[in-house]
Order: sequence, then C-alpha cells, then structure tokens
Amino acid sequence: MSRPASPRSSPAQGTDTRRRRGPVVWALAARDLRIVTGSSAVMIPLIVVPLVFVVLLPVGLAVAVHLGGSAVIEGANLAASLERMPLPMASRLAGLEPIAQLMVLVLGYLMAPMFLILPLMVASVIAADSFAGEKERKTLEALLYTPTSDVELFGAKLLVALVPAIAVSWGGLLIYSAVADAVAYPYLHRLLLPDPLWLVLVLWVAPAVAGLGLGVTVLVSARVRSFQEAYQLGGVVVLPIIALVAGQAAGVVYLDTVAALVVGALLWVLDVALMAVGLRSFSRDALASRA
Amino acid sequence: MVATQGLGRTFGSGEGAVQALQELTLEVRRGEVFGLLGHNGAGKTTTVRLLNGVLRSSSGSARVLGLDPREDGPALRARSGVLTETPALDERLAVQETLELFGRIYGLRSIAAAARATELLREFGLEGRAREPVGTLSKGMKQRLALARTLVHEPDLLFLDEPTAGLDPVASREVHDLIRTLTRDERRTVVLCTHNLVEAQRLCTRVAVLQNGALVAQGTPAELSQRLQRGREVHLEVPAERVSAAAEALRTALDGRRVAHIGAGATPGTLLLEGAAPEAVAEAVAALVAAGIPVYAAGPHEADLEDAYFALMDAPTHGNGAP
Repeated sequence: MSRPASPRSSPAQGTDTRRRRGPVVWALAARDLRIVTGSSAVMIPLIVVPLVFVVLLPVGLAVAVHLGGSAVIEGANLAASLERMPLPMASRLAGLEPIAQLMVLVLGYLMAPMFLILPLMVASVIAADSFAGEKERKTLEALLYTPTSDVELFGAKLLVALVPAIAVSWGGLLIYSAVADAVAYPYLHRLLLPDPLWLVLVLWVAPAVAGLGLGVTVLVSARVRSFQEAYQLGGVVVLPIIALVAGQAAGVVYLDTVAALVVGALLWVLDVALMAVGLRSFSRDALASRA
Repeated sequence: MVATQGLGRTFGSGEGAVQALQELTLEVRRGEVFGLLGHNGAGKTTTVRLLNGVLRSSSGSARVLGLDPREDGPALRARSGVLTETPALDERLAVQETLELFGRIYGLRSIAAAARATELLREFGLEGRAREPVGTLSKGMKQRLALARTLVHEPDLLFLDEPTAGLDPVASREVHDLIRTLTRDERRTVVLCTHNLVEAQRLCTRVAVLQNGALVAQGTPAELSQRLQRGREVHLEVPAERVSAAAEALRTALDGRRVAHIGAGATPGTLLLEGAAPEAVAEAVAALVAAGIPVYAAGPHEADLEDAYFALMDAPTHGNGAP
C-alpha cells in the first residue's frame, strides 16, 4: 500500500465497471475451475481413475490373454458365466471363439456399467471441493458479496462439476473404444465399440449419473464442514452402480439399450428433484446463517 | 446513503431462536466514516450482511444507496464493497489472478479486468508478488490484497469488517491512511466495523455502539464522550511509591469540599480526582507541594471514546440509543 493516493481510478482509464454485466456465470465457473485444478487432492483421482478404467483395464485384459492364453479362459470359467447370461447376451456371444467371447463379455458388457463410475466420481470430487471445500477454506463469503444471484452462484458450481464429468465420459468413450477395439480386433476381426448400448450409456445415462453424484454431494456439502467429509459421504451413491455391475456379472441383471434409456430417464427425474432441493439449501441467507 | 428503521434479524425459531439484531435504526451519510462498534457477537457482521442483501431481515426495513437490500441485492452489491473479517482469499490462486477473476465476476471484460488488477496491485504495493500464489503472502499482504479486491469495481459504499485485525502497527496505519483517502472529498462512504476503539476515535465521523444485537448509543465520538462524562476529573502524576501519601494529603487538604472521590488512576503513579471543580487543580498541586510530594503533571482528564464505550458496556441496556 505504498501510495493509496487514488484508489478510485476513472472509468476513462479503461475499467468501466458499471456499463456491462458480462457473462457472470462463466466468470464464476472460470474461478471455480481454476481453484479446483489447483488442488492435487482433486486432480489426482480425476486423472488416475479414468486412466485405470479407460486404458489400464483393457490393456491388462489383453496382456493377460496374451500371456495366459487358454488358462485365462479356464480361469474365467467362461462356460459357467455364459450359462448364467440372459438369453440376448448369450446369443451375442454364440459362435465366437472363447477368447473373443471373453473380450465381448468383459470389454463390451461388464465394463459398461462400471464405466458410469467415471462421471459419478468426477462430478462428486469437483462438487465436494466447490461446495464443501469452499466452505472449509472460508472463501465463499467473498462471493456472497458480489452482484451475483443465488441461481448464478449455484449454476456456476453445477457447470464446473458437470462439464468436466461429461467431458471425461465422452472423451473416455473415445479412448476406451480405441483401446478396446485395438485389444479385441485380433480375436473378433471387427470393431467391438462403440455399440448402441455404450452410446446410450455415455451420451444419455452418464450425464444423468454425473447429475446424481453432483446432487447428492451438494446436499451432503450443506451439512458437513470439509471436502473430505463431503467426498466420503457423497461416495455412497456409487453403491447402486456396484450393485448393477455385480448383478450383471451374476446374470441377475441384463442391461440392454432399452433398459439404459429407462434408467437414464429415471435418473434425470431424480436429478431435477435433487437440484431443486440443492438450490434451496444454497440460498445466500442459508449459507450466511450457517457461516 | 444508508438508512435503517427498526431493522432486525432472528436466527432459528421457538425456544432456540437467537435475536442477532433488534430494532436497529440509524443513518449513514454520504462521505462519512461511520463506525459500528461492539464486542464479538454484538451484531456488527449481521448488520453488514443485512445491508448487502446477503441475509434477509426478520423485521424492519433498510435503504442502501437508494435500494432495498431484500429486493435489489445484486444491484446494490454492484455498488458496494465488503471487506470480510477474514480475507476470504483462495490460496491456490495467484495474486493478480485473484483480482482479475473478481473483476470478471463484477462484469469487466478480460482485458479491462487485467488492467484494473495491475492498477490495484501497483496502488497496494503488491505488483512484485503478482504471479505468486496467495498462500505465499504474509498476513498483512493478504489483507491488502483483500482490500484491493474490495475496490476492484470502484464501489460507492464500503463496508470494512475489522480491517486491521491481526495487522502490525505499520500495516494498520497504512490501512487507516487508505480509509482517509477513500473518503476524501466525500467520494466514498465507509462503514467501519471494529472493536478497536483507538481506530474508531481516529477515523470515524460518527459511531453506533451495539451490544447483544441492540443499539445502545450513536453519535460523534465527542458526543458520546460528553454524554458519558459524569463530571470533571483531574489527573495528577506523582512518584509511584508516594501515591498513598499523596491521596492522604489531598483528602486532608481538600476535605471533600470540591472533590467527590480521590483514588488511584489506571497507571502507576497517577491519581484521579473525580468531580473536581477547576480551582481544585491548583489547590491539589499546592497541597502536594506543601506535603513535599513532587507533582510531575496535573490537568483535567477528558473522557474519550474508549471511556464512553466501556461505560456503555457496563451500563444496563439503553434501548434504541438515539443521540
């Protein structure tokens, strides 16, 4: 503060603050995004988990098949698995070589619901940092005094969590398809992905799943005081996906395109309800009263 | 600039309800530094939040910059700036980036936000740290940055909540200079929340004293001091080891004729003669000299804002406290 002689500069100096209300939501989102990407606690899971799902798992399967050959097929007990498969899935696998069957079953079918963990995790981690983390760092109060509305503040935080979650899903599908096809092509002699189920899952269900993780984390964040608490409590929402994966592996559940469309629609309805409740808990008055 | 009528806010309901602010009626005029004084929990921060439309009032009304905080919050906040009690800076951001991002939130285009950030960093002596993370700044620097952020949109009305809390004397003085500069020629109005009474005495044109959410007094620091001045007081300084002897000599010499009470002052070697008439000063000095006690200083003691404040805090609640 060497010379506080003229802290009020003239608008003629190029800083007219009164004439233009710019795209405030984008400015808020840019701030949140910059803060989120500055945290290793946030960025490490955002990089490592997609890498595992999109690259390491399919490559690991290829390596196992290449090194293990028929032992892997026997170890996977493929015949028993096929017996448990619902008829539509079993018919997709009929006539294929055992290794090709394994590729289709694991890369094309069992991995499909597991892939939904990506948007869920990305949205939850970012939302936990953006909502509960900001409360923990006591930086939210400065935003409350800006000329933004409650909806703009809330909307910006939703954008910051949803857009990366959807981007990771869609980008992940492109990379996963390339890797899975590279792994499976020598055995299938055709492209495995993307197929209609994967397209519905990633384009329709994944954004809804991201919204679910976001909505739950917003509600949890209103009741906890730290990023870690919000992330851990919000993480329970992954349980239905784990159940879906287990159900598919056990042959109890068969996720086809129609089922995915229905699940996605139900999730979107749930998302809207969660967001409405979340917005109510995010009013300035409520936030300042809890501060 | 700011006018409230019976403004109040209650948190919770039923038996657990807490009345954080009650029946606040005050007016802040253009270009003045208005002090909100009170202990922690007195209702100062709640008042700032209500006046900026961050909290909604439970009762009463307010007009700030001609706007209703309940209805016109965004428009009002576009013209007001608030320095919060904690700097509320994100330590992951760089110094310049912090100001640029807030400039954009206030509606500046990217280029204008960068220019304004550069200008403020220069004015606040932080240009050398522009690219460094906020987390690397000292406490005083963070406070300066928070103040700069408060000015990024050139507000007409500033709310400064404990602006010198935790700052060293040099940094505090710089903040005081800045506040004086901001209000020069009545260009800006400042509402200063503080429990630093010396700061309030130096800076504020008028003050309001809050206690447990209620206004107990308001006026200029001089008015409050005069209201609390119960009578003339004479202040004497003598050798510390001879205070008792001096008090005894004064009691004998003055014999209760012109002094209500003779007692030791707040610091060693001082005596306070309460209710002393003007001629008692000369008589007291003469009596002490006659008793062989040196007198280092003697004169009337004027109550200041600090005396007034503590007298108010010790007194029963005064109702709405209008001057």
